[in-house]
Amino acid sequence: MFEAIAFYLFSILTAVMFYITVTTKQALFALTALAAGMIFISAFFFILGADFLGVVQIIVYTGAVMALYAFGMMFFDTTRELKERSGSSLITAGLSILSAVFVVLIFVAPIVSTKIQVTAPLIAGATNSQSVGMVLFTKYLVPFELAAVMLLVAMIAGIVLAGKKMDRSLTLMAEEEIMIAEEANRKVLL
Amino acid sequence: MMEIGLTHYLVLSTVLFSIGLLGVMRRKNLLMLFFATEILLNAVNVGFAAISHYYNDLTGQMFAFFIIAIAASEVAVGLGLLIAWYKRHGNINLDAMSSMRG
Amino acid sequence: MELYLYIALFSPLVGALFAGLFGASPKTLLTGVVNSSLLFASFLSSAVLLGYVLNGQTVHVEMMEWMATGNLYIPFGFVVDQVSVTMMMVVTTVSTVVHVYSIGYMDHDKGFNRFFSYLSAFVFSMMVLVMSDNFAGLFIGWEGVGLCSWLLIGFWYHKESATWAANEAFIMNRIADLGMLIGIFLIYWNTGSLQYDKAFEVMPTLDNMTLTYIGVFLFIGAMGKSAQFPLHTWLADAMEGPTPVSALIHAATMVTAGVYLVVRANPLYHMIPEMGLFIASLGAFVAMFAATMALVNRDMKRIIAYSTLSQLGYMFVAAGLGAYWVALFHLMAHAFFKALLFLGAGNVMHAMDDELDPFKMGGLRKSMKWTFIMMTLASVALAGIYPLAGFFSKDAILEVGFVEHHYVIYTVLLLTAGMTAFYSFRLVALIFHGEERYKVFGFHPHEAYKFVLIAMSPLAILAVIAGSFKSTYFDMVTKILPNTEYHIHSEVTEWTMIIGTQLFVILAIFFAYKKYIKFKGENKEFEKRLVYKVLINQYYIPYFYEEYITKPYRELSTVFWKKVDLKVVDATVDCIANGIYKAGENTRDMQNGNLSSMLRWMVAGTVILLSLAVAFGLAVRYADEISAVLSGLGA
Repeated sequence: MFEAIAFYLFSILTAVMFYITVTTKQALFALTALAAGMIFISAFFFILGADFLGVVQIIVYTGAVMALYAFGMMFFDTTRELKERSGSSLITAGLSILSAVFVVLIFVAPIVSTKIQVTAPLIAGATNSQSVGMVLFTKYLVPFELAAVMLLVAMIAGIVLAGKKMDRSLTLMAEEEIMIAEEANRKVLL
Repeated sequence: MMEIGLTHYLVLSTVLFSIGLLGVMRRKNLLMLFFATEILLNAVNVGFAAISHYYNDLTGQMFAFFIIAIAASEVAVGLGLLIAWYKRHGNINLDAMSSMRG
Repeated sequence: MELYLYIALFSPLVGALFAGLFGASPKTLLTGVVNSSLLFASFLSSAVLLGYVLNGQTVHVEMMEWMATGNLYIPFGFVVDQVSVTMMMVVTTVSTVVHVYSIGYMDHDKGFNRFFSYLSAFVFSMMVLVMSDNFAGLFIGWEGVGLCSWLLIGFWYHKESATWAANEAFIMNRIADLGMLIGIFLIYWNTGSLQYDKAFEVMPTLDNMTLTYIGVFLFIGAMGKSAQFPLHTWLADAMEGPTPVSALIHAATMVTAGVYLVVRANPLYHMIPEMGLFIASLGAFVAMFAATMALVNRDMKRIIAYSTLSQLGYMFVAAGLGAYWVALFHLMAHAFFKALLFLGAGNVMHAMDDELDPFKMGGLRKSMKWTFIMMTLASVALAGIYPLAGFFSKDAILEVGFVEHHYVIYTVLLLTAGMTAFYSFRLVALIFHGEERYKVFGFHPHEAYKFVLIAMSPLAILAVIAGSFKSTYFDMVTKILPNTEYHIHSEVTEWTMIIGTQLFVILAIFFAYKKYIKFKGENKEFEKRLVYKVLINQYYIPYFYEEYITKPYRELSTVFWKKVDLKVVDATVDCIANGIYKAGENTRDMQNGNLSSMLRWMVAGTVILLSLAVAFGLAVRYADEISAVLSGLGA
């Protein structure tokens, strides 16, 4: 009973928040709605007993990702109203609804769900965080390390991309421009 | 109706995913496209967590973790690219990006 | 011995390729000399093989495997036995002479090298035809000579009539070759082999009906190549080609391939005597039919061509009545004197600036002494006067007819012999005797080159002495051919027949001389008669073909072209092309390079994939029900 109420409540809230995110014309509204939606998503994780995942969701998404977006938005002109594509909203909506219907059909069709097999069962007597830790550092150790490296690479990439000299592209420049730029470079080095 | 099953979660996940697709198709502003992508990823996460719960299997949650990690990396790199682009062109309009046009 | 076999077979091919290298360049005497020498080498090798075969041995080689799939095994095998060695000798002798002759004859022609290439290629094909040890190889040679014949008839391709004649010959042969091919298929189908020896071994076990079918279809092929009625019209038109070609291909060798086929398939035809009788009757009919057309014709080469046709009829009579060795012997003798006749006609043509109408000649005896002598010899041989070649071979055929009690055939052949003598000497008289009518037309005749005459002399000698080989030849070929001797029991009858025939023929010759030696001009009275009209128009058969086969076919083709091809086939193709073009035009927007529209297409693609997933998922889920429904529909 309690679970059902929570589910429907958060479902509606999340859907609304995300809908606002994709439709609003104010970038700040979109950002705020997205952050709210992320937090509501974590509620589902708590309902489903995936406590650790819920916490991670709040910390990573709402904390880190949203903060990044917020900083990113400072670079751009966000006060302007966002221009949307005109006309074809019917096709757009139709396509997304169709895809949703098909995915539901696939999941609801009994053939798929009966074929799922348990490969990493819950450990009896352990809390969610404990069992997550055990699985993550045994069965998924290699992917976990790879994910760590990936995050590191992404971080460096972010720093480099947003760095100073990235406002020039050698591929988009003419031969002479590159020569001039190199000339200037050499002078600086000398 | 009162008993919440896996199907409920999957339908929710799908609905959220469709909203994300709607965003992907509608938005012209690149930053807004990133938001839509986040929605897609989160919709999938809900599905994973639900399956994990109803089958008593932690694999779903593991995948959700990795997806979160990927989302974080994507944001870092993506925002870097966006900033680089914005510095050069002064806008982040999707329709203006046509230098790859054949 | 294998070495000689390969030399005999492949030196013409080498010559053809060699001359082909210079095909587009201006005349080089080299090609003529080299090709003639190669042909001579081939002739020498054949002679060596002949000596070997005369000792009673045969050569059988399998050069390589050609097709080996499942039960089908066809090698490139060659056999030199008594029959094929005879053919090889005929082919190489005549073709060597013709090659040397052509050096003189084609002297001023622009396509000199090309001519030699084709000519040698022809000889190679002919050698493959006669030497092959299986029906598939025979068919390759058969098609090869057809191709070369087409190339050579249409050698002067700038002439409309030459290309027309070439195509006519080719198409007529094609009709017949279909029959031949069906025959070969039937042989393989029923005997499981295309090797002569194996196939003929199995044949006695087959039922009569099958054998008759095989015989009929093979004979259809022979009819086309040997220009038997009703596929005969191409041979006279084939005279559009250069005269050496007429001598080699359309008199001595290729047209006799049909006879060779029947002789080769003698075990088969032996088992179906009714078919043999039909062949003989057709042969007798053609002999008479062609001879009558030759009586009035006014084209030198066509007269000789009809004579060839008539002589082929003789050969088929012999082959049809089971006297295969006689047929082959007449083939050989005929090749010598008919080639000589053609080459002589070529000399006359050269002297008269390619004039073909004997009515415009006359009295050439003085300026062309040697040609006159040789052509007279050839005509005497053709008429069958003792002791020249024609007497031995043709008389043998008459005897066969008599001994086998086919008196109708015998009578027809006897009459034809008279006609043969008449038209041959009509030609000789018109060309070489009487007044020098050519002066009116301003010709200045001259004798041919000396080496040309020397080249022709072996044929002249052979035309005279070929009869003396008869007993040697008989001993040789009867090792593999039925050795029926045709002796008339009563000596009186025999001598009466021989002397009667000779007298009849000589009378015909005198009649021809008497009528044409003092020839002044055309007999207008005679030309108005129905008989003349029928004969000069070749019994209206070409007209009939034109009117009732070619024209309706053309009209049918036009209808199909206008109605079916343009409106159905072309329209369909255009429709497909337009559809693709329009589709491309309309879907070009997909690739407009706009990222947001690409994203939308991506989503559309996802939806399509998902719908497929649903469809297949459902199909798997309800597979049993669906198959039940489908089987219900099927039943």
